[in-house]
Amino acid sequence: MFLIPNAVVRFFHRMASPPHFYAFTDKVMPWLIISFVLLTGFGLYGGLYLAPSDYQQGDSYRIIYIHVPSAWMSLFIYMVMAISGAIGLVWRIKLAEIVAISSAPIGASFTFIALFTGSLWGKPMWGTWWVWDARLTSELILLFLYLGVIGLYGAIDDKRVASKAIAILALVGVVNIPIIHYSVEWWNTLHQGPTVTKMDKPSIHVSMLIPLLLMALSFKFYYLIALIQRIRIELLQRERNAQWVKAKVLELRL
Amino acid sequence: MKPARKQRLILIALMVIGASIATAFALKSFNDNLMYFFSTTDVVEGKAPKSALFRLGGMVIKGSVERPGDGMMVRFKLTDFSKEVTVEYTGILPDLFREGQGIVAHGKLNDQHVFIAEEVLAKHDENYMPPEVKASLKNQTTSGTNK
Repeated sequence: MFLIPNAVVRFFHRMASPPHFYAFTDKVMPWLIISFVLLTGFGLYGGLYLAPSDYQQGDSYRIIYIHVPSAWMSLFIYMVMAISGAIGLVWRIKLAEIVAISSAPIGASFTFIALFTGSLWGKPMWGTWWVWDARLTSELILLFLYLGVIGLYGAIDDKRVASKAIAILALVGVVNIPIIHYSVEWWNTLHQGPTVTKMDKPSIHVSMLIPLLLMALSFKFYYLIALIQRIRIELLQRERNAQWVKAKVLELRL
Repeated sequence: MKPARKQRLILIALMVIGASIATAFALKSFNDNLMYFFSTTDVVEGKAPKSALFRLGGMVIKGSVERPGDGMMVRFKLTDFSKEVTVEYTGILPDLFREGQGIVAHGKLNDQHVFIAEEVLAKHDENYMPPEVKASLKNQTTSGTNK
């Protein structure tokens, strides 16, 4: 490959091999968990205790420390799923296929949390649990895409074939991602416009922004932890006849 | 890259581009239906439906909220900073409802071109700040041009 340093290419080649991946994640897992716990601790303390109340919403706005990072994760995980699905399709890398299917339930959970917390906030603030505006509807479609991916994978017995099918479904669904992001700008919606991810400076006070970014980072770590655990289980299942799995089992038994 | 892989990559790229173009056309043709509400200018210019329910969005004009009579009925004017529409609503208003706030009302126009709302939703803006910051912003803007 061009433009990518050799060391990086070698790292990915090694990671694509199941036994290496298994051994490597054994080592990094404690560090991931420590980072996640620290970030969540500081993020929640900052968001729920240190950050001031909002001039208009009072304390109700604090749901953004869960709602906004979940919504970001729902989009981010979808992109990870689609891209690793595409890599699996083109290069036939087993690990990429597993990353794609293992991401789906985590992404679906984050999408559900985003919709649910938004609904809880919407009732007192907007005056309604749900409206069919472009942002809410496209996010709901995202949840259905995730559920579709999970269902399709479960419906096909041959998991290599199933992985190809879900990769194609995920790739077609990618069109929904820019629609969700830009829905509040393209159309009149009840949902407000972007606060943090716009070109000029964010329209949120810095004392409220820092905990929000910490929470966003902490959710990324949570995803990484949950993803790795799912991948490890999936790897053991798919490779149950491989030599390295047998060696691993014997090693644990002794 | 091996020819077979290159072919698959091109196929995937074509598939994503094709799906995007199809969606773009579909959204373009449904553009009006995807608008959650009509603006007050649309209503004054007669673009909004005459005898059907629709949603009307706009900002509550400062000093326009009044309660004629003793009941729950409240009357206020909405604007999009060019045209104004009078709205009447009977019921409980959401927490965020106040003068200068964006709202979305669901209802229909009567013969006097007054919008009779059945439901009023507050539209929150994207600004988050502590009350002290808001107060100091207000002091700055009252001396200069008011927003």
